[in-house]
Parts: sequence; C-alpha cells; structure tokens
Amino acid sequence: MHGSPPNYLTARTTIRSWLFSTDHKRIALLYFASITFFFLIGGLAAVLIRLELVTPAADLVLPDTYNRLFTMHGVIMVWFFLVPSIPTTLGNFVLPLMLAARDLAFPRLNLASWYFYIAGGALTVLALLLGGVDTGWTFYEPYASAFSNGYVTLAVLGIFLSGFSSILTGLNFIVTTHKLRAPGMTWYRLPLFVWSLYSTSVILVLATPVLAMTLLMLVAERVLGIGIFDPALGGDPLLWQHMFWFYSHPAVYIMVLPAIGIVSELVPAFARKQIFGYKFVAWASVAIAAIGFLVWGHHMFVAGQSLYASLVFSFLSYLVAVPSAIKVFNWVATLHKGWIRFDAPMLYAFGFIGLFTIGGLTGLFLAALAIDVHVTDTYFVVAHFHYIMVGGSVSAFFGGLHYWWPKITGRLYPEGWARAAAILMFFGFNLTFFPQFVLGWLGMPRRYDAYPPEFQIWHVLSSAGASTLAVAYAMPLFYFFWSLVWGARAPANPWGATGLEWLTGSPPPARNFERTPIVVRGPYDYVEGQPRPQAENV
Amino acid sequence: MSEASPAFQYATLSQQREAATLGMWAFLATEVLFFGALIAAYSAYRTAWPAEIAAAARHTRVALGAINTAVLLTSSAFMATAVAAEEADRRRPLVLCLLATAVLGLSFIGIKGYEYWLEYREGLVPALNFDFGRYGGIGELFFLFYFFATGLHAVHLTIGIVMVLVLAARIGAGRPPRPPVLRMVGLYWHFVDIVWIFLFPLIYLPGRTG
Ligand SMILES: [Cu+2]
Repeated sequence: MHGSPPNYLTARTTIRSWLFSTDHKRIALLYFASITFFFLIGGLAAVLIRLELVTPAADLVLPDTYNRLFTMHGVIMVWFFLVPSIPTTLGNFVLPLMLAARDLAFPRLNLASWYFYIAGGALTVLALLLGGVDTGWTFYEPYASAFSNGYVTLAVLGIFLSGFSSILTGLNFIVTTHKLRAPGMTWYRLPLFVWSLYSTSVILVLATPVLAMTLLMLVAERVLGIGIFDPALGGDPLLWQHMFWFYSHPAVYIMVLPAIGIVSELVPAFARKQIFGYKFVAWASVAIAAIGFLVWGHHMFVAGQSLYASLVFSFLSYLVAVPSAIKVFNWVATLHKGWIRFDAPMLYAFGFIGLFTIGGLTGLFLAALAIDVHVTDTYFVVAHFHYIMVGGSVSAFFGGLHYWWPKITGRLYPEGWARAAAILMFFGFNLTFFPQFVLGWLGMPRRYDAYPPEFQIWHVLSSAGASTLAVAYAMPLFYFFWSLVWGARAPANPWGATGLEWLTGSPPPARNFERTPIVVRGPYDYVEGQPRPQAENV
Repeated sequence: MSEASPAFQYATLSQQREAATLGMWAFLATEVLFFGALIAAYSAYRTAWPAEIAAAARHTRVALGAINTAVLLTSSAFMATAVAAEEADRRRPLVLCLLATAVLGLSFIGIKGYEYWLEYREGLVPALNFDFGRYGGIGELFFLFYFFATGLHAVHLTIGIVMVLVLAARIGAGRPPRPPVLRMVGLYWHFVDIVWIFLFPLIYLPGRTG
C-alpha cells in the first residue's frame, strides 16, 4: 500500500480496531466473516441430509440424528445466514455509500447489533453442540414444549437475541435513509437497492418483535409447564402457527427483497441502460413488504383454520405475485435493446431471474387451496422455498458480492473462474431442487429419512446436484481469497456504473468521500450505453 | 466534545436531532408490535373462554390497578412538564419534574409489588403456588398472561425510572444531555404509560359488570 492514501482497511490495523470498529464498512466485513461461518455449518448439515437420502433405507444416521440435522440446517440457514445475509453485509457496506453518507445514522448501534448476532449465534451453536434440537425450524407446538427432548430453550433464546440484531439494523437503515441522504438525493433518485433495503427494514422492525414475543411464550410454556399452546394444558396449538407465521412469512421477504434490490442494480449496470419503470420497481418493494404481512395463513390451509380465512389468505397470496411479477417484467424490459455485458454478476442476476420466477410460480400452486392440500408438507414445498431463498436470495447475494467485491477489497476477482462458478451454481441448483418438485408431486413427505425405493432415482439426482452445488459454493471462497493477494488493483468504477458508491476510491476512505457529492440525476442514467454518474463534483 | 458540533456522520445538529427522534419512534414501533403480540394472544383466549377469563379477572385488585393508572398518568404529566421546562431553559423546575416523575414511577412499582404479594398469598402465581382447585386451568392461563404482561411492563418502567434519575442527576450537576435526549426519554415514558392504559382494562375489567 505504499504511496496510496489510507483507506478504511489500512487506516488502522489492530484486532481491537476491527472488533470495536463503528465504521459501517468494517462491521459489514465482521458480518461477512460470521455469516460465512454459519453458512458452512448449515451447509454441512445439508451435506449429511443429502447423503442419508441417497438410499431408501435410513442407514447413515439414526432417525433422531436426522431430525436434529434438518432442524440445525433450517435454524442456522434462516436466522443466522439468510435473514442477516444481504442487509448486514452488502447493505451495511453500500447503503451509506449510495447515499453519500459518512456512516449509518447510529454507528455504535450498528456494532451492538453485530454483538447481539454473535451472542445469539453462540447460544444456538451451544444448543447444537450439547445435542441439538429435533423440532424442525418451525418449532411447532405442542411438540416443541411438551415432547421435544432437545435443547429447545437454549436455541430459542439464541434466535431471540439475534432478533435484536435484526431490529437494530432495520431501525438504523430506516433512519439513515430518511435523514442522511446527500444533497440532491431525492427519494426518486435513490438506487433501487436502497428502496428494497428500506422495505426490508420496515419488516425487520415490525415483524421481528412478534417473533420475539412468540418465542418468549414458548420458553415460558416449556420452562413453567403452563399451557399457552399445548392443548393438553388448555392452550391452542393453532395460535402458535398464527404467531410464528405472522413473522415467518414476512421473513421470506426479509430474505428476498434485498436480493431483488441487488438484481435491480445489476440489470441496469450490465445492460448499460436506464431501468424500465423505475417507480414501479421501487413501489413494488413497498407493496411486497405491505401485502406480505397479510398472507401468513397460507401456511395453515390444512391446519384446521376456518375455510373463509383460508379463502382470504389464498386471495391475498395471489396478490403478492403482482408486484413480484412487475419486477421480473421490468428487468426483462430493461434488457430489451440493452448493451448487455455478460460478466459474472450479470450471470448471477440471470440465474436469479429464472429461479425466482420458477419459485414464484410454484408459490402460486401452493397458494391455491385445493392443490395445497395435495402438496402440503411434501418436497414440493421444500423445492419451492429453496428456489426463492437459495436459487433467488443466495444467487443474488453472490451476484452482489462479485459486483461490489472490487469496491470492498480494492481488488479484481478472476472473471473466468467467477463465470464458471456462476454457471455451475445455476446447474447444480436446478439439479438439486428440480427433482424435489417431482418427488413432492409424487407424494414424498418432507423431513423423512427413509422412503419407498421408487423415489430413489430422484433423490440420487438431487444429491448429485447438491455435490455440484457444494463445489460451486466453494469456488468463490478460493478465488476471492486468491484475489486479495494476487488480484489486479481495482479502479474506482470498474463496471462503468452510475451509483455514488463508484465515485469514491476502491476501497473507500474511512469517511467514504473526500468531498460530499451533490446529486444531480437519477441512479441509472445511460446515454447509448455510456454511464452518466449521479454526481459530478467528486 | 463541544456542544455546538454534531457527530461526524451528520452535517448539522438539527439533522442529528431529527435522526435521534425518528430512531426513537422506530424503536417504539417495534415495542408496539412486541406488546401487541402478547395482547393479541391474550385476546384470543379471552374470546375463546369469556366466562372463565372473566371469573379469573375478578381476582385482580381493581382498586389498586385504578390507583396505579392514576399514578402513572400523573407521572406522564410531570414528564411532559419537564420537556416544556427544558424548552423554557428552566433548570430547577426541570429537575423537580423529573424527580416527581421518577418518584411516581417508583410508587407504581411499589403498589404493583404489593399486588403481587397479595396474589402470592392467595395462591394465584402460576408454576409457583397456583391453586387449581379454586381457580381452574384457564384461571392459570389468565394469571400467566397477567404476570407476563404486567411484569414486562414493570421491566420497561424500571428502565424508564433509571433513565429519568440519570437525567435528573446530570441536569442537577450542571451537565445536561444534548437535545433531544430528554425528549426521547419522554417519548419512551409516555409509551410505557400507554401500554398500561391498554393493559388495565384488558386485565382488570373483564367480569366487573353484570
Ligand atoms: Cu408464506
């Protein structure tokens, strides 16, 4: 780093300066390291699950162990990887840059939320090490309180603590977006990633506390033995499902809205063209967040809720498809007559669009009352939500990671390897999860370790896909580390993109901008494929 | 740190104040949903078991609850006056109002504790000494919600009392916090008050008529 002015990475180098940093960029890297760790644990559980399912008999692990494996996979992947993944890493890093702010509104709160996350993660990992939990990630009642012999209380308290991290991050993003925008940065000049992070934050702030209260009641029931949800003690198990899904359906949008925002950045940047229907894409995020609060009952069509309630929930679930489809159509329209570059981030964006569309369309199957009865709790459901949360969110996460990697590290990653990984990930994903649609349709229930022999071919295909996927996920780990040492130095704006984050150095200085930019135009201004940055005085 | 300069991420002091205030409102929105979930669950059972819940609710001390409601409302009036005194830059009334707020808050906790003790003596504490023979299973569910809701409320109130006392001490010592800290604590205090305004009728009043 001789000769170059200090950036946020080189300004200070002690361990202390990282663990107690209030710089949003460093906290983003703390989160990167932690969610990678949790992704590996959750992935390890998935590997064991797929290995067990290669043969029809339950022969690799004990049935009880199998229950603990899929529970651990779900709990870790949902709360300690997917929910925090994009907002706390890429969101944390680029949100202030996109607004040309020097930091988030509350930098110390940002650091505190990382510690909450780590504390929650530690408790949950402790529960897993002590022997795990066998309830499934949904902790359905009364099993979770009255019958489960796992470390439910410990794991639940870990999730409870990590909820504070979610809430504080959401609160910080909301206030930052309202109050720390650069001069000239009006709401309709905000990058679409900011709109989606804002919508996500509203869900984080309004849905997470309901989960927190629900989990507290579960702990109270389990520890004190009083029937809140257990029918044997006078409680109502359906109440658990209502309260759990009141959070957990919106949580799907916590996981996928930030991904949608990343794709809305990637598509104009690599089509080098103004996004089609900016305001529709922006407000579609808000609409998804709002309607998403009203559809939780579609998880309970066979649970015994009133048929009339089911009808309303079914209708509202169809309604969410409208803003989601608006996004897909607008991305496609943006590509039309664009100057498209097929760099790795764009390949991930293409992958996202395809997989998200399949995930969304199969979601409509599940929102239909009659079909849902047939496929409830089958692999069809498993395949559907993995298309949204893994095919969708994780693809977009990798797309965004490649896109902003030069900005974050100041190094270029090897493009050829990255394209290969993106393509492999797409095929590996489809090979893993498409057979699961077939399995579910044929009647294979989820969460079973043994199955009739005629299903074996589909399970073998799925496990082969999972191995492919594992290789594809491991590749970036290697070439990203490689690029830190041997990668070429990145210029400020390697992609010719228009957002404010590309106007400052790669990596940015500690306070983000030497001089605060004055924003003069919208976020995706291209003339004949040539970018016009949002500000010109930098 | 000079009084006039904002933190580094803000351009002006007023921007910093607006951000802090908005942050407090967002936090209170979280709190509304937190208590809201509890109240929703309780209301579900109240609808499912109206007679049993009403019978159980008659064992609460409505007089003490009503007195506590008055105590808390009065404390909120003092808190609002404290905010006005800060704006008018009058230190003595400001400290006195804060002290009155804290004393009333402590009185609320004291009265609540007395209620808890009476309930303990009657065998109304779930999982500790609950008397099933007299109050039944739904009665226990009611009192679980009762202790859960009022206990969480008391925890929130205790945090408020500590913040108010710290503020009073700092202002008394001539080291007032920057605006809008007092205003934010005030918002929090009123929120805790409003939670009680919802809890009181929901918990104490079922079964009191007819
Ligand atoms: Cu759902």
